[in-house]
Amino acid sequence: MGNFLTVQIVQTAMEIGLIYSLIALSLFISFSILNICDLSTDGCYTLGCAVGAVVTIAGHPLLAIPASMAAGACSGFITALLQTRFGVQSILAGIIVNTGLYTVNLAVMGFSSNLSIFGTDTIFSLAKGLSGAAWWQSWYKLIMLGLIVALVCIVLYWFLGTRLGLSIRATGDSPAMVKASSINPAFTITVGLCISNSLTGLAGSLIAQYNKTSDINLGTGMVTIALASLVIGESFSRKSGNMAVRILCVPLGSCLYRLIVSIALRLNIPTEAFKLVSAVIVAIALILPQVKSSLQLRVKMHRVRQTAKGGEKDA
Amino acid sequence: MLELKNIFMTFNPGTVNEKKALEGLSLKLDTGDFATIIGSNGAGKSTMFNMITGTYFPDEGQIILDGDDITFVREHIRSRYIGRLFQDPLMGTAPNMTIEENLSVAYLRASIGNRGSFSRISKKEKEFFREKLSLLGMGLEDRMTSPVGLLSGGQRQALTLLMATVVTPRILLLDEHTAALDPATADKVLELTREVVEDRKITCMMVTHNMQQALDLGNRTLMMSDGRIVFDTAGQERAGMTVNDLLRRFAQQAGHSLSNDRILLSTEEGR
Repeated sequence: MGNFLTVQIVQTAMEIGLIYSLIALSLFISFSILNICDLSTDGCYTLGCAVGAVVTIAGHPLLAIPASMAAGACSGFITALLQTRFGVQSILAGIIVNTGLYTVNLAVMGFSSNLSIFGTDTIFSLAKGLSGAAWWQSWYKLIMLGLIVALVCIVLYWFLGTRLGLSIRATGDSPAMVKASSINPAFTITVGLCISNSLTGLAGSLIAQYNKTSDINLGTGMVTIALASLVIGESFSRKSGNMAVRILCVPLGSCLYRLIVSIALRLNIPTEAFKLVSAVIVAIALILPQVKSSLQLRVKMHRVRQTAKGGEKDA
Repeated sequence: MLELKNIFMTFNPGTVNEKKALEGLSLKLDTGDFATIIGSNGAGKSTMFNMITGTYFPDEGQIILDGDDITFVREHIRSRYIGRLFQDPLMGTAPNMTIEENLSVAYLRASIGNRGSFSRISKKEKEFFREKLSLLGMGLEDRMTSPVGLLSGGQRQALTLLMATVVTPRILLLDEHTAALDPATADKVLELTREVVEDRKITCMMVTHNMQQALDLGNRTLMMSDGRIVFDTAGQERAGMTVNDLLRRFAQQAGHSLSNDRILLSTEEGR
């Protein structure tokens, strides 16, 4: 195990996993809570990355975080506007916004397809300078990302327990009830998608500063990866109605997913095959519950037949 | 007081599927009235409810509630003062949310304007919900943190009734709300309905297919046919009526007999 999975590899997997878990949390809000298929994730993630990179280069790595979140929220607002105000189907609304964002993202990066942040301060380099201790120097990224994700989880948990948060949950859970309860679903969907996409923007901002680069194609396939993380995470919290557990399982799923990917990488799977590997992992994660229940049915059938046979003999 | 003035509503106008759902519907309901409504399928009962709740807007006519013209007030704004129960017990509640969360969503009606969106359910409110739940006599007050999806249909419908009335509505609409429940549970939910409506003198309309029930409950019975109210009885006349009288009157007024299997079945059983 020592050579196959070094601490370094696991550490990197966790760091990326934590960043991606913010996108998984974003899908948790849109997909699991609001019951809306928001496919603007890819573009929104790149938007967060582009905005984050530009603001960081301008010398404000801390400001890059709220800037990216605001950009993400704007994108979510447009997706929500299309479906609530103009009756566009949610999947289409997401795809339209996603397509449009490609040009927006290029524009944000000054019509170049990539942007480097080397040589300027990032939130990571700022954090690194906080202490000279050896443990801090080797773990600061993971600790910082862990704190950010923990903070997001806590705020999300608090928010979903407020009146507005409960209204958002009810919107996805029972549309008929919402209309009978003085809640305006157009409003709750809009707020929900703004929050959801601001988290995607936050992830984009973090990855820009983490990789010290922004690329126009960075977001391609992100929605699949985030969905995989979400599905894996939710497989742990399937039976739990507790919101805290459901939220915590999302970063868990995301980190686990990155770990699986790291293992796949160590098995010398060529990078070209990487998207296929991702898709296969997602498919397996989605198929597993079905396989599990059909296996249980087989076992049950076998047991019932055995008892029936036993009964015949006895008679 | 609710007043419907000469309401017309046509679905899919100008197509082969054109359906005139309401044709000059007029109705005046006094405060505290409890009206039962009967009529064949397609008579316009549900469309009338959908007009009152704002799911659809009428092609013509006016809806007035307590002196306010609400004809084109949007659904979520009206639902602050209109309570509604559906036939399907699963529709009125959110299955993945707990009993207390469901109640607090329904209780939002009371807090609009004077409470922040970012406040959480308070201890006091939890106590209030527990007290209300115990009145249902179903033991739900001890399961306040269980998801509603785990409750039976009858329990969910009783909870929906509580949610619709936790803030006393100006009018309560019951759309065959006990039709999907087993007889014993239906009786229980009906009893709860009667209690809450009579206790708080809520103006109420109830669609039912059970003719006996239509005469037993409330103080007024309306019969609908072809998008209109064809027969309206209350007081002395209603008190002396039997199911057969009701059927005869319907045939006279509507020009055809009541064609609805469920109604006929319920009358044959009819005591």
